[in-house]
Amino acid sequence: MGIEQLYIIILACIVAASCSLCGVFLILRRLALISDAISHSVLLGIVIAFFFVHDLNSPILILGATLTGVLMVYLTELLISSKRLKKDASIGLVFPLFFSISILLINLFAHDIHLDQDSVLLGEIAFTPFRLFSLWGLNLGPVSLWVMGVILLLNIAFVAAFYKELKLSTFDSGLATMLGFFPTFIHYALMSVVSITAVGAFESVGAILVVALMVVPPATAYLLSHRLSHMIALSLLFGILASLLGYLMAFLLDVSIAGSMAVMTGILFFLAFIFSPSQGILIKFLLYHKQRLLFSANMLLIQLLDHEGTHTEQTENTVSNLVIHMQWSYSFANKVVTYALQHGFVNRSNDFLTLTSLGREKARHVSVMDS
Amino acid sequence: MIAEFFQFNYTLTIVMAGAFILGISSGLLSSFAVLRQQSLLGDVISHAAFPGIAIAFLIMMTKDPLGLFFGAMVSGWIGTLFVNAIVRFTTLSYDAAFGIILSVFFGLGIVLLSYIQRVPSSEKAGLNSFLFGSASTMLYQDVITMALFSLIIILFIFLFWKEFKLLSFDPNFMSSLGFPVHKLNLLLTTLLVISIVIGLQMVGVVLMSAMVIAPAAAARQWTSHLGTMVLLSGFFGLLSGVIGTLFSNFIPHISTGPMIVVIVSFFVVVSLLFAPHRGLIWNWIQNYHYRSNIRANSMLVNMLLFSESQTDPYHCHQLSALTAIGRGPALRAMKELQRQQYVRNPEADLWGFTKRGYQKAQHLQATLFKDDHGY
Repeated sequence: MGIEQLYIIILACIVAASCSLCGVFLILRRLALISDAISHSVLLGIVIAFFFVHDLNSPILILGATLTGVLMVYLTELLISSKRLKKDASIGLVFPLFFSISILLINLFAHDIHLDQDSVLLGEIAFTPFRLFSLWGLNLGPVSLWVMGVILLLNIAFVAAFYKELKLSTFDSGLATMLGFFPTFIHYALMSVVSITAVGAFESVGAILVVALMVVPPATAYLLSHRLSHMIALSLLFGILASLLGYLMAFLLDVSIAGSMAVMTGILFFLAFIFSPSQGILIKFLLYHKQRLLFSANMLLIQLLDHEGTHTEQTENTVSNLVIHMQWSYSFANKVVTYALQHGFVNRSNDFLTLTSLGREKARHVSVMDS
Repeated sequence: MIAEFFQFNYTLTIVMAGAFILGISSGLLSSFAVLRQQSLLGDVISHAAFPGIAIAFLIMMTKDPLGLFFGAMVSGWIGTLFVNAIVRFTTLSYDAAFGIILSVFFGLGIVLLSYIQRVPSSEKAGLNSFLFGSASTMLYQDVITMALFSLIIILFIFLFWKEFKLLSFDPNFMSSLGFPVHKLNLLLTTLLVISIVIGLQMVGVVLMSAMVIAPAAAARQWTSHLGTMVLLSGFFGLLSGVIGTLFSNFIPHISTGPMIVVIVSFFVVVSLLFAPHRGLIWNWIQNYHYRSNIRANSMLVNMLLFSESQTDPYHCHQLSALTAIGRGPALRAMKELQRQQYVRNPEADLWGFTKRGYQKAQHLQATLFKDDHGY
């Protein structure tokens, strides 16, 4: 493996880690799509700042991009507070406009620079010259690695410094206001950090895949944890894992690295979606069937108790009657009876069922008649 | 001259027709999306449609518009199904589900696109145009396909008008009436998918979402009637499509998709500011009137309070005295009252009731201020 590949892998991991760190709070605050909006809006700042400095490597670009990201959030919230449009429509209106304006500016004034349309979305192609220069620049190492490293440190510093405030304002904004924590300040600070991260990541993975790294690993972690600290740790783990696996996939299939990373976040999410011990659909499916069996067994016991000692007992308390009256399938009726037999609630002689004393007690316990 | 122009500009005619159709169909459906607070679903569908285009191309190895439309539609559809599954089975919110599906599907699309770049085929050029839309690559058969689908959309909106109306405003009531809400929901989402897929080639994956939000957001400001809103939003859609196309045709290097989005956003801004009743400027003017009215009325009542200490109710008072017990700029209120002939100003700084003003003040005190003062 060449040093260039190592650089790309390290960069991918740093990008993934920074994105998934601030993404945790976006997911918890139900602002996931703000990451989409911000990652599109930062382009406008990059383009406008570029017209002033004429240098794609200038830190002014990052500043300009961050400002437009925050400006977009502010405009969106202004639109929501005007009560003329709902939240979703307001989000969906502002960022396409910002994005369109930046594309038009590129069309008009900068169609000869390396900021063309496709590269905006695909990222890695966009800044190839920039990155090539830095990757094989002999002494300093890649500039993007340094920039992204600083952004990661900023993310870590922000979360560490404001951990308590973030936690409180995320879970109980009203209490945070009452205790004097300024949730609005925290909100805009978070938005600024998200914007800076989006700008940094934008260069390497493109506008839309920033969203994948900000939303999907935290969402995956969300399905697997119940504590903020665990969620952050898992989110970082999944982000880094997805970028490693994504690089591997891109390497093996010779396809887009950024795209593969996004696909890998998706696959990890899908696995959590199925196998999560608390929210996975597999556990829900199993629980559903278990509950259905338990409920049906109780129904069986009540049926037996109800008809015990009556003259219809011989016909009512049979397995074949269960199939007719309960509208169970024959195999399901057998399953229920087997369950009841195993737990010692009933005795079976061919088709006929009788309650044991344990079963009678259980039936009284669960039935309403008892109370 | 105009006829000549269109005769000679075949491409422009095609693109205009496309923009016209796109504008109508997305405009019509955007009303339902915005009213049902599903605006961002459009964003998800357009991104989720992207891998479908790539897969359809890989299967067919040609850019047959019907095949690509179909691929985009199926994949956009699967995306919305996944969104529903995530929201139903987990505690994640809608916007998290939107973000997940949008970005992962788009990532898959990019992977497939980078794979297609390596496939030896002369046809592959131009698939990128689905990202940002490229009106100039549109062909006659593309427009025919678009027209066909948008006719289907219009037909369904017409047939299911009552159902869609109820679905947009009160789905619970609808369910209690025995309508198959779930199926109708599915139908409306399908129509939304179709209208988005129609526009992909023209506006592109990234900006198509704006086309299913902005026309309705603009139309909503002008009316509170669904029928008017749907028609108006269709009108805004087609107008911005056509104007955007014209601009991008006459200004060199300009892409059509972003231009259309800028135009439609312009309509939104104008509507937000100037629409009667809901427009912000309309509201400011109205608020100004209310405020100056209240100021003038309270000034009249204050004067009445003063005149109770005099035998002559028409006795004139100094403005400074009135300012002392009133609030806000007293002179402006006085000027306004004088304009309405409620007060007179015989000397500089001295103000008193006219007969009309005295009656008005008594009336105000008897009605408006009665409860406040416990009379």
